[in-house]
Amino acid sequence: MGKTLAEKIWSEHIVRAAAGEPDLIYIDLHLIHEVTSPQAFDGLRLAGRKVRRTDLTIATEDHNTPTLNIDKPIADPVSKLQVDTLRANCKEFGVRIHSLGDAEQGIVHVVGPQLGLTQPGMTIVCGDSHTSTHGAFGALAFGIGTSEVEHVLATQTLPLARPKTMAINVEGKLKAGVTAKDIILAIIAKIGTGGGQGYVIEYRGSAIRELSMEGRMTVCNMSIEAGARAGVIAPDEKTFAYIKGKPHAPEEFDAALAYWKTLFTDADAKFDVEVNLDADALEPFVTWGTNPGQGLPLNANVPDPAKIADAEERGAAERALVYMGLEAGTPLKKIAIDTVFLGSCTNGRIEDLRAAADVLKGKKISSTLRMLVVPGSARVRLQAEQEGLDKVFLDAGAEWRNAGCSMCLGMNPDQLAVGERSASTSNRNFEGRQGKGGRTHLVSPLVAAATALRGTLSSPADL
Amino acid sequence: MEKFIKHTGSGVPLRRSNVDTDQIIPAVYLKRVTRSGFEDGLFSAWRNDPDFVLNQEAYKKGTVLVAGVDFGTGSSREHAVWALQNYGFKAVISSRFADIFRGNSLKGGLLTVIIDQSDVENIWAAIEADPTTQITVDLDTRTVSYNSTVLPFEIDDYTRWRLMEGLDDIGLTLKETDSIDSFEGNRASYKPKTLPIKK
Ligand code: SF4
Repeated sequence: MGKTLAEKIWSEHIVRAAAGEPDLIYIDLHLIHEVTSPQAFDGLRLAGRKVRRTDLTIATEDHNTPTLNIDKPIADPVSKLQVDTLRANCKEFGVRIHSLGDAEQGIVHVVGPQLGLTQPGMTIVCGDSHTSTHGAFGALAFGIGTSEVEHVLATQTLPLARPKTMAINVEGKLKAGVTAKDIILAIIAKIGTGGGQGYVIEYRGSAIRELSMEGRMTVCNMSIEAGARAGVIAPDEKTFAYIKGKPHAPEEFDAALAYWKTLFTDADAKFDVEVNLDADALEPFVTWGTNPGQGLPLNANVPDPAKIADAEERGAAERALVYMGLEAGTPLKKIAIDTVFLGSCTNGRIEDLRAAADVLKGKKISSTLRMLVVPGSARVRLQAEQEGLDKVFLDAGAEWRNAGCSMCLGMNPDQLAVGERSASTSNRNFEGRQGKGGRTHLVSPLVAAATALRGTLSSPADL
Repeated sequence: MEKFIKHTGSGVPLRRSNVDTDQIIPAVYLKRVTRSGFEDGLFSAWRNDPDFVLNQEAYKKGTVLVAGVDFGTGSSREHAVWALQNYGFKAVISSRFADIFRGNSLKGGLLTVIIDQSDVENIWAAIEADPTTQITVDLDTRTVSYNSTVLPFEIDDYTRWRLMEGLDDIGLTLKETDSIDSFEGNRASYKPKTLPIKK
């Protein structure tokens, strides 16, 4: 029997396998940031261990960095200590780092692909759950905890249980205004936040093949919101073209290409589970609740918990509506928004900024809200400025910030106030995720831009 | 790591599903560079509510958290495990855990026990009826027991052995250094390196 893509990559990275034990898997690339690494470096120091492969490790500052005044010392002393600790650790252990002010600084999952370090057939890990993003290149990429970060630093391997495989087939053609973000939100609403648990999801089908690399990254990014640790998409000509010319593209490009072309699921391979989604039927999607599975098409109304059969789900929906301050039956399009956040590793890449700028061009955002535009990396910011996108955002009345995670998780000063409501292109709408008491609706960049103009959740078609 | 063989303590009923890691410990608490002191951030948004279960006198001494389905979803932050451990929890019982959280917990010696939702409901009922009810989580026999009920749970042999011996994963892997060396010897030369590119 043939193998799935994930199985191929897995078996090529087994350092050691023994019955009844997890496989020892070799890691090709380890990405590091300031939040989940300090305790790992401490562990190494305590045990007198070194970083085994500094040449397969790279660090950047993203989660806890400010997006304003980045040329000044970080104002919050606790945040400053954490960033300084990363810098000191990288220096001591010899790890390459891209710090604030550097063109390659930015969200770790934007930086890997833009440097060309993310390539098909690799195993990639990072102390961050959205490492699944890199699966868009046909790499097996997943988030790990700090103990595992330490393990990879010390050994360049991880003991891992073999995951099961799930195929999600998205066939058909997306309507205008429907994006990669809507595909993944619809998938999560369909299979639930636990639906992908224990699986690597392979996204397949004509609608996935049609997506740009940026769009594929958006889809793979939110695999974790469906409960899966990783998502993959088979590499194709688009993937190869994207890597070619990037700083770390292979020098022996043809040899690499020959290998990359073997990376697909064999025709006779079997997935443990298959799920189908009809791309033609998809609409712009938004979330109304406090987990990413609580989403609906933008044209729908806030659901009535009383009509939900499953007791567990009903309870969760009731609590979510209280937290979100929403009434059952309200049209989603009537929900007024206070803050629009365009950014994050889900939708902070150049294509996302272009899509939003296209909608905003020559118009003004509603006076009832603020809009933050936070590029995924310093390089994305530079590129956007070259294309004049910064002017479009500023002229529309939005704020143009420096790169980082920013309001995606509200660790830095970019936070929602209690009761404040956002339309956010990020990936998590958990209670308090963007600031204590803040309320989050997850949306695509197109919906974010249209919402900024109208003041209520909207799509470009409503303009 | 401390060995985990068996733990007995009182339970804390957390009647919520989908408790994500942002609820267990919000991002603002993640700025610390140590592994300790995270107990003040545990469930911090909910602890403002005087009725929240951790604020109830009867459950103050609990060491076994009994939670709803899909516990630990969201971020990979191991701080969630540390916060629970720093607070004093030794085990968490639920009918389903998020993968990364469960991996982190079992690495760090916080035992996550999976049982059926109906059994979770029964434990909730028992500890709500009598908060002093003692729950025993026994890794040796792979059972959870309280009052006269004994429930088996599954955990793979390898993880169980590692926890019972209190073994550190890194130490175990370093014994395989020869295999790692030889794997590296065969890696394709076109695989990328992070060394700065000289233009
Ligand atoms: S942008 Fe958000 S989801 Fe992405 S790495 Fe940063 S905090 Fe995590």
